[in-house]
Amino acid sequence: MVNLALEVGKTLQPEAIMFWILAPLAVVSALGMLFVKKAVHSALLLAWVMITLAIFYIAQDALFLGIVQVIVYTGAVMMLFLFILMLVGVDSSDSLVENIRGQRVASIVAAVGLGGLIISLVNRATLGVETIGLQDTNSAGNVQGIAEELFTKYVWAFEVVSALLITAALGAMVLAHSTATKSRTAQRDQSIARFRGASLATAAGLPGSGVYARHNAVDVPGLLPDGTPAPSSVSATLDARGDMLTTKPFELEVKELEED
Amino acid sequence: MTTAQLIGTDPGWISLVKGLLIFVVCVLATLMSVWGERRIVARMQQRLGPNRVGPFGLVQALADGIKLALKEDLIPKAADRIVFVLAPIISATTCFMSFAVIPLSGEVTLFGHKTVMQLTDIPVGVLYVLAIASVGVYGIVLAGWSSGSTYPLLGGLRSSAQVISYEVAMGLSLVAVFIYAGSMSTADIVAAQNQWWFCVTLFPSFVIYAISMVGETNRAPFDLAEAEGELVGGFHTEYSSLKFALFFLAEYVNIVAVSALATTLFLGGYHALPGLGFTESWLGGWFTVIWFLVKVIFFFFIFVWLRGTLPRLRYDQFMKFGWKVLIPFSLVWIMVVATLRVLSQQGAPRAVVIGFTTGVVLLVLAGSSLVESAKKRRIREDALGEVPAPSFPVPAIPGKSTIKEVIRETEQLNG
Repeated sequence: MVNLALEVGKTLQPEAIMFWILAPLAVVSALGMLFVKKAVHSALLLAWVMITLAIFYIAQDALFLGIVQVIVYTGAVMMLFLFILMLVGVDSSDSLVENIRGQRVASIVAAVGLGGLIISLVNRATLGVETIGLQDTNSAGNVQGIAEELFTKYVWAFEVVSALLITAALGAMVLAHSTATKSRTAQRDQSIARFRGASLATAAGLPGSGVYARHNAVDVPGLLPDGTPAPSSVSATLDARGDMLTTKPFELEVKELEED
Repeated sequence: MTTAQLIGTDPGWISLVKGLLIFVVCVLATLMSVWGERRIVARMQQRLGPNRVGPFGLVQALADGIKLALKEDLIPKAADRIVFVLAPIISATTCFMSFAVIPLSGEVTLFGHKTVMQLTDIPVGVLYVLAIASVGVYGIVLAGWSSGSTYPLLGGLRSSAQVISYEVAMGLSLVAVFIYAGSMSTADIVAAQNQWWFCVTLFPSFVIYAISMVGETNRAPFDLAEAEGELVGGFHTEYSSLKFALFFLAEYVNIVAVSALATTLFLGGYHALPGLGFTESWLGGWFTVIWFLVKVIFFFFIFVWLRGTLPRLRYDQFMKFGWKVLIPFSLVWIMVVATLRVLSQQGAPRAVVIGFTTGVVLLVLAGSSLVESAKKRRIREDALGEVPAPSFPVPAIPGKSTIKEVIRETEQLNG
């Protein structure tokens, strides 16, 4: 596949075919990203746009950039995906209610401004010119070429950007961090508490729920050795919901047993 | 002629044949490995395993596959239909893609054409495998999200966190290989292991890769994304019929893929075991495929062995292990490797290299003993807390009167 794409990069015709297939797809999914209702669909379309861009890079002989684009952006979109799930909610759809005053006007102004910038940039692009020096730069290999540029000429910029990113990551951690008000009880602490507590009755764990001939489920308490029901054997949630059954109908008639 | 150039001379139809062969081998490998896993695990558990369909039960997996395909295909009402269908397709297509850059053999003749059994060789081959793996996770995460139910969502989220964390460790473990091979192309990496396999010279990297590849494929003891005791079936709870079969296929092809990558990067790829180099020219070079398969099967056996022996990790312990043990350890290891590499390239005297290595070893030992003693101190402080008298009769221990003394005794025994 990639080999094919490499070949495509060298000959004009196949590259053009690929471009005319993938470019409309990329544009349509980019537009879809803006217009679909669900945030997760948006994120997915974004991932697809990034992958098509990666294929274009590979077709342009920028193999390393293309592959790294996939690694970095699929990871980034995955993060976006998690943010959607955790911050906005699983089934979130776009809400059209304006929360911040003047947001709509401000965003329209910003969008028009950005659009103007992009159009003016695209206007200045020179088209139909043969690329010069690509063979030269890639002579030692694409990866080696990038490495040489990155770690000699642009080493300062590289280090500055990495320092900036680390600072941002640290900042995010500091902002998100809050000191716990009380210490968390881990498995180990619970185990210690079971044995060091006032009573050793539950040291081996809580009793299991009821297993009866006519009802065998988690919603009935089990019976303790002395014949009394053990409510602690049923989940507190079921109890709170009122879904816990009484053991009465399932208990053995003690009298009958004695008569037999 | 380098491998890349040799592949470059392939006519289109040879590439097609190779692609087809890879696909067929992967599907067959899935069928065989399902059978193999069930038989091996059965043996470990004193059972027989599937032995009815075909000789030794060999076609059991095929029969199960056909049965699975004939089951009713359900799409839950709450599911997001498009994504629900898309997820297994993503999983099942990406898992095959990484095989494109894996060299399965040395120079062989295929239909009278001299070539190697490798679909393509790109200078960033290993990165390509990582890229494909990170696209593959989408299958699992999207399956979890689109099912519209709680357990799959939890499974999908676990899996995304898991794969992201363990991919970091995996990527770092590969850096040492890149440094020593001087290339990221799989063919070059195999060629660089002519003398010494990287599993010997870069042993720590090998260990890190071996651990993270289990985490990456969601296999026991790291199968938290589909922990059947906690999450029913995890991300694929709501899937049935062929869609489930696709996930199943993807899981096993992925196991073979990471094993193949491990073979390529650390076990000398298709090369013969040391001392058996003469076998590489047997069958016109095709014997190298057998060596490759033997190594892959070795890794597959380890996968099954782990599943048969280890209990599943608790989620927080698993994440802690990834972030607080594997990643820092691999970072330190990369620095050591890079320093050694620079020293040897600049022709530093042997004394400097040995001095540096000893220094690093001493530092690591000192650090680990500090951690150990801190841990022991904590345990001792815990153990000597107030112990209530037991409310039930306990068997008397000769010469001991209280539980406190028993604890002290065990502590001394444990050092």
